[in-house]
Amino acid sequence: MPDLSKKKVGLISCSGEELPEGTVTRRAVRKVLETLRPDDTVTLCLPLFLAGGEGERAFARFYPTIAVDGCDKRCAARATEAYSAPPAASIVVTDIAKECGCGAAGTARRLNECGLRLADRVAEKIAEETDRQLKTNPGAHAGKTARGAR
Amino acid sequence: MSRARRKLPVAACSGIGKSLGAAAREAAYILAEDLRPDRTKVVALSLLVMGDEEARGEVAGGEAIAIDGCKLECAAKGLACSGSSKVHKVAVFDVIRRHRGLKPEGVCDLNEDGLSLARAAADEAAKLVDEIAAEDGHA
Repeated sequence: MPDLSKKKVGLISCSGEELPEGTVTRRAVRKVLETLRPDDTVTLCLPLFLAGGEGERAFARFYPTIAVDGCDKRCAARATEAYSAPPAASIVVTDIAKECGCGAAGTARRLNECGLRLADRVAEKIAEETDRQLKTNPGAHAGKTARGAR
Repeated sequence: MSRARRKLPVAACSGIGKSLGAAAREAAYILAEDLRPDRTKVVALSLLVMGDEEARGEVAGGEAIAIDGCKLECAAKGLACSGSSKVHKVAVFDVIRRHRGLKPEGVCDLNEDGLSLARAAADEAAKLVDEIAAEDGHA
């Protein structure tokens, strides 16, 4: 159980296995977690919301979360709201793909160059939103602990 | 339900925090795209979690394959909650015990051991698919 003495932002990706945009969400979230904002973010597992992951549910009640969805069904955002609390922000990959004019992203199993660039762009958006969330009430929630964060 | 007409739905752990989850996801693709493309189909666990009618329609009333990365078995639970009549489980955390020496690393990009583990899990899932077909007389 991590002691989150510093305010962190939870990232929840839909990880949709049927669409390349679902793979884009995973890659983007991992890039933020590992490279762009490693000290400011944790990931939450979407299926655990359903499987009874009380730690996941509790985290999103007390900390800001960013839902990252591959399509406009917005499973990550809706699951977070249904099982825990409304996400602080919601990012949809297909919206960003339209904004930046990205072409087909490859397959769900293997992203092509367009898909990899799109994942980088989505990661930048997540990092920007993370910074925005941390600027809002900095230090809030500090000192609490939460289970389920990775 | 006629299994001859409907592909077996395969749900994989969506775990984003650990390599075993990534191996489960890769195993589902290996199964549905390389090993048994005519008999299996990957369904998105997030859609099942959210009760998407189309996704649940693929699962309800029939057998299904769950490939999970950890003991919480989210994929198996997601399939069961979606009305699958019988969930056949492949547990990557058990598969790795049968393949000692593998050290999977990475999530988005699994290392070679991770890919080997995924192939081993997919092989076990393919055997389950064949057993289900044999029981139905479609082997």
